Amino acid sequence: MREMQRIMKELNEKAEKAKNKPAPFGPDIDLTSFFLPPQREEVESLEELDREFRDRALEVGVDAREEGRAGTYFQADRAPIYKKVQEFYKGQIEIMSTEEALREYDWMVDYWWKAIPVDTDKYTATAHLLQTHGYFIRAFKGQKVKTPVQACLFIAEDKAMQNVHNVVIVEEEAELNILTGCTISPRVKRGIHIGISEFYVKRNATLVFTMIHNWGEEFDVRPRTVVILEEGATFVSNYILLRPVKSLQTYPTAILQGEGARATFNSIIYGLGKSIIDMGSRIIFSAPKTMGEAISRSIGADESRLYMRGQLVGKANETKGHLDCRGILLSPRAVIEAIPELIAEEAPLSDLSHEAAIGPIAEEAVEYLMTRGLSKEEAISIITRGFLTLQMPGLPRLLEKEIDKALQLTSAEAL
Amino acid sequence: MLLVEDLFVEVEGKQILKGVNLNINEGETHILMGPNGSGKTTLLRVIMGLGKYNLLKGKIYWYGKDITGLPPNERAKLGLGIAFQRAPIIRGVTLRQLSHYISNGENKLEDVAKQLKCEELLDRDLNYGFSGGEMKKTELMQLLLQSPRLALIDEPESGVDLDNIAIIGEAINLLLGKKKVIEKKKSGLIITHTGHILDYVNADYGHVMIEGKIICQGNPRDLFNQIKEHGYEGCLECARCRGL
Repeated sequence: MREMQRIMKELNEKAEKAKNKPAPFGPDIDLTSFFLPPQREEVESLEELDREFRDRALEVGVDAREEGRAGTYFQADRAPIYKKVQEFYKGQIEIMSTEEALREYDWMVDYWWKAIPVDTDKYTATAHLLQTHGYFIRAFKGQKVKTPVQACLFIAEDKAMQNVHNVVIVEEEAELNILTGCTISPRVKRGIHIGISEFYVKRNATLVFTMIHNWGEEFDVRPRTVVILEEGATFVSNYILLRPVKSLQTYPTAILQGEGARATFNSIIYGLGKSIIDMGSRIIFSAPKTMGEAISRSIGADESRLYMRGQLVGKANETKGHLDCRGILLSPRAVIEAIPELIAEEAPLSDLSHEAAIGPIAEEAVEYLMTRGLSKEEAISIITRGFLTLQMPGLPRLLEKEIDKALQLTSAEAL
Repeated sequence: MLLVEDLFVEVEGKQILKGVNLNINEGETHILMGPNGSGKTTLLRVIMGLGKYNLLKGKIYWYGKDITGLPPNERAKLGLGIAFQRAPIIRGVTLRQLSHYISNGENKLEDVAKQLKCEELLDRDLNYGFSGGEMKKTELMQLLLQSPRLALIDEPESGVDLDNIAIIGEAINLLLGKKKVIEKKKSGLIITHTGHILDYVNADYGHVMIEGKIICQGNPRDLFNQIKEHGYEGCLECARCRGL
């Protein structure tokens, strides 16, 4: 207990010092203009939630009926209002808020601000000083749970801040699929979501993490994600953003610490309105025989500005990484900047490559579909959707369906 | 049904079609022959309304209606269809997905795919990594779903091995309604460079196109035999003798 107090004191001191430290990327945000919303009551069942909550959650893949889900975590504003592990999966996984996990397990300090330094920037510092829960999801050793666990981070209050700190642990030889949907109530205009995610994928374990974001035109988003992979571990991230946002800046990082570990990032970004989206994926190859791939597909429409970053850092030999970054600009007022970076650090046998391309929709392809009777708009829409949903390798069938569903729901308006 | 009248077309500043006239009636199958670069593909594309070209002169009529300025989708709705020689790759879009748009939900996709022996192509990205034969088959498959009144088919046999030519020939006969006695036959305009397709498809008229002009018309088999014997040079010479 005393150890925990000491660690928290240290973290507080570091966070205090960093609370005004701007991030290297993305517009700087004045965090004093947001407030911490009031607490909310827990619910017995997600079906008790207002229709509006349920509908919005469904758009980001979170199903209030919990069909085909191993478990659920639902947080509204600052409060974890619902969490459940389905009967069949008890003993295989556990779900609670991170604040609960910190009370429950002494060893939580070994995972708390260990992947991400608390003083990285003002957002990490604020997430510590004004933390509003976040989920703790753990798959126990050897348990292979193919059915996804769903987590919803919902914001219902205008001008509120949600500062979640999530921890996921996939123990040795285990498998876990998480589907996270982040969204806001239609009444919410302004607000900020800060999401700290520290994921630990142990020896020979697998984590497939799919995140669908659905924000608003006046909403800022600053996720901070680091994933640590041990020997033989696999991490697949699928990220989807198809609605406008004021600004979103994130640079999730996978650190391949154990030999033979693998990471894949797939990102699908649709820039609408005046969205500023600064999205990166970084893979650090710290151990030999590690492999990684970062794939992004972005579309710039309206007056959106997209910065698509990617960084591969080869620090060990016999490592292989590839960046694949493609964009289509649909508007003469939009901007896409692709920034691929390859760094080989004292590892002559690190094999890193990238391909980046920004171009228009091929006129030839549009006409081709038009000869089959599709209107020009239909042709552009089907080509765009194809470009965005380009089959994501490593994605379980079940999640693929969920993503398709979300794409259909959200892109019906967007495209 | 289709009347092409005195068509002069320029592509990227170069005149490709130099006064083409063509009349296709219901139920007729026409073969268009000619050396590379003679303007055959351009003619098909202009009939379908494809690509960037400059129409210098001439009109295209469909059942008496001037369709010269219509976009390809409007022409498709009227009953024109095209099988491309080289179709563009469209990543992330499968033939199965596209078929929903083409056949308006009619569920004949599986049957058609079976007929053309290309079921395994239904869920692959459109034209991505397809062999010559696979591309021709999927093009014809789309036309079979679309069921146009006039099918424009660009070199159906190029890059196809002998086994597959028979399947492609069958598909064209099916498309043109040649297998059915009662049903009103469809029309076709088929470009062929090698003439192999004539072994499988019965055609009514042949046209030889050289340097942007149709210089000879007649029985397609006879024309092809002449070309085999004398080459397109012979056609040119003959045309000169006839003062064309």
